[in-house]
Amino acid sequence: MKGMSLIVKSITTVIIGFIFIYGIYIILHGHLTPGGGFAGGVIIAGALILRILAFGSEAGGEKKSEKSASIFESIGALVFIGIALAGLFLAGVLFLNFIPKGTPLHLWSAGIIPFCNIAIGIKVGAGLFSIFLALAAVKYVMED
Amino acid sequence: MTFIPLYFILPLAAAFIIPLLGKIAKSLIWILVTLVSFALFILALYGVAVTQQAPMLVYEMGNWPPPLGIVMAFDSLSAFMTLVISIIVFTGSVFSFRYMSHYTGQWKFYTLYMLITAGMMGISITGDLFNLFVFLEIAAISSYALVAFGVEAEELEASFKYMVMGEVGGLTLLLAIALLYAKTSTLNLADMSNALQIIGQTPFFWVVLGMLLFAFSIKAAFVPFHSWLPDAHPAAPAPISSLLSGVFIKVLGMYTMARLVFNVFGLSRANAPIFFNLLIGIGLLSIAFAGVTALSQKDYKRLLGYSSVSQVGYIMLGLGIGNYYGIAGAIFYILAHALGKGLLFFTSGAVVHATGTRDISKLAGLGEKMSTTAWSFRFGSMSLIGLPPLVGFFAKYFIVLGALKAGFLWLAIVAIGLSVLTLGYLLKIENNVFLKKGKIQANKAPFTMRVAMVFLVVMIVLLGIGFQQVVDFLVGPAAHALLRGVEYANLVFGSIAVSF
Amino acid sequence: MIIFLSCIILFLIGLYAIVTKRNLIKIVIGFAFIEYAINLLFALIGFRSGMLAPIITQIDMPHRFVDPIPQALVLTAIVIALGTTALMLSVVLRIYNRYKTFDIAEIRKLKG
Repeated sequence: MKGMSLIVKSITTVIIGFIFIYGIYIILHGHLTPGGGFAGGVIIAGALILRILAFGSEAGGEKKSEKSASIFESIGALVFIGIALAGLFLAGVLFLNFIPKGTPLHLWSAGIIPFCNIAIGIKVGAGLFSIFLALAAVKYVMED
Repeated sequence: MTFIPLYFILPLAAAFIIPLLGKIAKSLIWILVTLVSFALFILALYGVAVTQQAPMLVYEMGNWPPPLGIVMAFDSLSAFMTLVISIIVFTGSVFSFRYMSHYTGQWKFYTLYMLITAGMMGISITGDLFNLFVFLEIAAISSYALVAFGVEAEELEASFKYMVMGEVGGLTLLLAIALLYAKTSTLNLADMSNALQIIGQTPFFWVVLGMLLFAFSIKAAFVPFHSWLPDAHPAAPAPISSLLSGVFIKVLGMYTMARLVFNVFGLSRANAPIFFNLLIGIGLLSIAFAGVTALSQKDYKRLLGYSSVSQVGYIMLGLGIGNYYGIAGAIFYILAHALGKGLLFFTSGAVVHATGTRDISKLAGLGEKMSTTAWSFRFGSMSLIGLPPLVGFFAKYFIVLGALKAGFLWLAIVAIGLSVLTLGYLLKIENNVFLKKGKIQANKAPFTMRVAMVFLVVMIVLLGIGFQQVVDFLVGPAAHALLRGVEYANLVFGSIAVSF
Repeated sequence: MIIFLSCIILFLIGLYAIVTKRNLIKIVIGFAFIEYAINLLFALIGFRSGMLAPIITQIDMPHRFVDPIPQALVLTAIVIALGTTALMLSVVLRIYNRYKTFDIAEIRKLKG
């Protein structure tokens, strides 16, 4: 896959960080504003995909990206299941909200929900990125 | 009580540990999968034992009571389905140790295998309609990927066809759920049962029921929506074929339909005789059409696929008859067909692993070279044809008894008569593959594959000889769980007041 | 009522695309239509006229919200549709790689 022009490349280097931070903001404030884990995860995946699209596969790092995306995906899912099981073992019922719920409308409130959002955000971001790599890696289809 | 969510959390956790393990130590993957399947088997036995005393166990997720939260409603029918699923999953994982050795990317196979197990277990134990849809989609998407696993041309085509038809069914189910939510404002099965009794049998009721019947008929492969099955089941690897034919089409099609028709919509032969006659008609059509088509097949697994479509018709026949013996026969037939057809697909896997072809005309002379496989095939087909004292005979006997008690003498005669079709196509394989003399080169099946097949043979014989205990402890309570009808809702709300 | 009917019409357009089109990609687009129609229907079911969006922004809000459950269900349905579409597209790409065509009439190796 070829990269794009110089203008796109230079703007991408500036803007990827901002997109990433915006995604993290949406994930973290999932219990206060619309969005949450899935929407924030999609934005993070967008940042990762933008890097591959702008620089092309000649910049390298695709195999390493595939491996680390797979690892992050499994870690995200396992953290989510771990939170559910922690509810089961520590307090008796699956998915019980066992972390103290602070004052409402602050960042620290609503128990386990921010942590679940973070785990889902990591999983969705890594998952969508690996879907993109799997579809884009079918190189020999499109270049004939 | 806290064992109930373990049914789907264990396979789900295993499914996500496997990619991490796959980078460290490949040989640990199979051990993990077999351990988890065995743990599920023990849990299922424990669940059957617990539901002998308490007819309904309710588990609230996150301590939210229904109808606010999602609940798991575990009654005898759920215990029965989890037992059947865990038997086939366990033997399948033992079988796939050697069978999957000539595929690449084995960790992907085991991840999908655990995901499909988690999906099917979740469907069996849930008491919430949207939760049922989510688990159904998890299992269905894993099965689409598993059918396309070895990425040859035929398998991809079969998987795409299966995917299109399966997704149309799934989306129709989602539309029906949307309409049901609009009318009843709840997603809990027990609460919806109460609301639907108040609404009564209006045209809306029948339209939504028709949509649900359409969606589940696609998943369970009834004629005329069966055309994906004879392409998809042969294309899948053999342990997946036995899982799909053995439990998948029954959990996703028959169990969900029985749960919704009997417990949520509250229909019975007394208040909706036309609907039950429609079910009998669909059952007969499936048995006859698929049975006749199976007689002309030349591919080993394709013939077994048409046989699955035909046998699922028997289950629908039993459910349509509607009295205790009919429903108990249908549930018993779920167990008998899971064991029998699972075993037959394992033999097909052993044959393909040894010889590399599925064409019946080329496979002569395997009877002497692969004796364990041949004898497993004979036991499995005798059970499906319905010869005493194997478990298939008692299942068919109950269905026929139910037909006689409901006054359908012609139906009993037709059901027995159509068993001749089963005899015909299974004898075709027996003659051409195992009885004829031939010069084919084949080794015996590997040890783990033979262990899996012999385990299923032993289960078929034991459950057949001890059929009275099976009926008393397993099938009878499950049939009563369905015949209870709308008492299901009272039981769910009642046992919440008792515990927690 | 008109809005629900237009959702059903969108559903039927998607169904028409799946059943009659010959190009594999058009079948996948038909699925996107159907999923869009169902999600829209779901979200519209929860609407109550004159109420606010179900987000609490101050401590003492008057509790007059539209129904939040269909919105959660739509979120789940969108994720499931994403997984299905991704799987479908990767199978379509590999079919193109093997058969060298997107036409469904030529992909007929399985018979009988």
